[in-house]
Amino acid sequence: MQTWYFSEQSYHPAWEQVKGDIRINTSSDVVDPAVAHQLLKRYMDEWVVADELGFDIMVNEHHATHTCMSVSCMLTLSILANRTKKARLLALGVPLLNRYDPFRIAEEIAYVDMMSGGRLEVGLVKGTPFELYVSNANPSHSMGRYWEAHDLIEKALTHQSGPFSWEGENFHYRYVNVIPRCFQQPRPPMWLTTLSASTAAEAARRNMVLAITASAPTARGAYPLYRQEYMKIFQKPAGLDKLAFLGYVGIAKDRATGLARGQKVLKFVEATERTSPNFIMPPGIMPPSGAAKMLKAGEVRSHRTRVLPDGTPMSSKPLVGEYIKNSVMFSGTPDDVFNQLKEFYDSVDGFGHFLMQMGGTLTSEETVDSLELFAREVAPRLRELTNGKFVTH
Amino acid sequence: MAATNFSIEKAANVKLEVCRSGNGRPLVFLHPGDGLDCESRFFTELAQEFDVIAPSHPGFGGSDLPDHVTTVDDISYVYLDFLANLNLKQVLLVGVSLGAWIAAEMATKCTHRLAGLVLADSIGAKFGDRHTREIADLFSVPQYRLGELFYYDGHRKEFANQTDGQLERLARNHETFALLAWSPTLHNPKLRRRLGLIDVPTLLLWGGDDKVVSPDYGRQFAAEIHGSRFELIEKAGHYAHEDQTEQFIARLKEFSEQVTGSSVTTSAIL
Repeated sequence: MQTWYFSEQSYHPAWEQVKGDIRINTSSDVVDPAVAHQLLKRYMDEWVVADELGFDIMVNEHHATHTCMSVSCMLTLSILANRTKKARLLALGVPLLNRYDPFRIAEEIAYVDMMSGGRLEVGLVKGTPFELYVSNANPSHSMGRYWEAHDLIEKALTHQSGPFSWEGENFHYRYVNVIPRCFQQPRPPMWLTTLSASTAAEAARRNMVLAITASAPTARGAYPLYRQEYMKIFQKPAGLDKLAFLGYVGIAKDRATGLARGQKVLKFVEATERTSPNFIMPPGIMPPSGAAKMLKAGEVRSHRTRVLPDGTPMSSKPLVGEYIKNSVMFSGTPDDVFNQLKEFYDSVDGFGHFLMQMGGTLTSEETVDSLELFAREVAPRLRELTNGKFVTH
Repeated sequence: MAATNFSIEKAANVKLEVCRSGNGRPLVFLHPGDGLDCESRFFTELAQEFDVIAPSHPGFGGSDLPDHVTTVDDISYVYLDFLANLNLKQVLLVGVSLGAWIAAEMATKCTHRLAGLVLADSIGAKFGDRHTREIADLFSVPQYRLGELFYYDGHRKEFANQTDGQLERLARNHETFALLAWSPTLHNPKLRRRLGLIDVPTLLLWGGDDKVVSPDYGRQFAAEIHGSRFELIEKAGHYAHEDQTEQFIARLKEFSEQVTGSSVTTSAIL
């Protein structure tokens, strides 16, 4: 199994300083430039450490939020392409629904792939629904626009015999011509995240890596659909390298410290909940059947799981113990972390990529210590787990 | 109570669900962004006075939403074809909110089947500068809370007792409303300059306490339409037709009598 280190590059001091919402309609005047500068430098340094320890690297982006200062995967990765040496570099992802210029996305992909010597992997995702309020791209009937942008980027990266024109429903170009082309030929591996069954099957049809983020029930539903569709299309089983899972990690030599670190990581989840219900579900993002349920209930909620596996409602604030029970947090000693991951791995018939999210309010020292411990005592056992079953791209 | 007939009419290659009830002058009613309710008190009372013909816009109610319809401009062409297909003449065209925006766009293109135009609490035009949002953003509020912006007393509509089918219909309406009006926010930047093309008698009816588009916005709308009349309805919000149904319909009757000497029924024309 490959382990990818990920943190959201948050401006976490604001989580204490701001009262109320910290996304979309919060203000930026709480950001102390000196602190933000140091935090961004620190996050880059941690990824460099991760690279030296043998991790691969995942980055993301969000908009108008104190939970994530990265506003562009490709900006972050263009820095890491230079500062790291071996790590694969995963953008998960570039939010296509928020972007008006797919050609520019293709150009940036090719540039970072070339700069990194072919270490890039790319998830072209739909994006967080409430950030459509920031980009102002229309959420209604947007899946057609998403797939058209996706098709256009794939063609732009792989069509290398001069320009082509594109006259689609949503995008129009006279000359699409990406120079330089990618280092990896014809293009970097593509990833997809989803919460829906239909998209899981589409990812299989397109031979993409399917990533499920922080939801064990979704993984249990989506992985079999992916495997089934993959077998149907390609007449062979999907390799474990086609399936990824993102979970949180809190790790230390002793259990109490590990769990305390896990709780600090979950401060991030707590922060993400501080989003006005006005923005959580823009019109048309959910099919009418789902939107009808919200109308009836008279409330909107994020997709976060609210119950434990036995049906007990979860506490209002994220708690490390409950998150461990739900297989989205792996926390404690290195043995605990491995055993929890192994149990979940077995329950879903395996996956090849573990996207390890830390961050939250962990200090730099705690982060580096956690990375070293994981690299030394967990990662080798995870690699062993998939030994012989892992097909590289 | 007049019987209500439901039919499917085809206009500009779009299948439209149409609700028709009552006798008298043909009145084409264009509904606001949350759709058409043929069982509402407003609709029932309107049908006591007029031959009410109320289509659900493309993508609303039981009407289709083909790929070639994505804007209010597109819908205005569909409805001009609709008026022609039904051979409606001397029509009173009445729209509320989104419906008024569509009616205004229709009237900037062709008015020869219209006796008069009534725009109630219309959205759709921009008068202010680029720093000012004049139309309350109906998409920055969850759908179940929209009543707070629509009604004089700010009450929310009751959804808990509605069937899944009814709720899905409302959810689809909202989705289509966003398709049409998400950006630019609830307006067409070109409409203001086109309003001067409207050449039929026009009445603008406005809720005195409209929280979506203020009476001042309504007055600016009226100022762009030659010879139009602007009237306030007191103790009414954005949905003045529901807040003050009797007064709203009385104003329609009065206007209808003014725009021609006598009312003409559809059957008399046919």
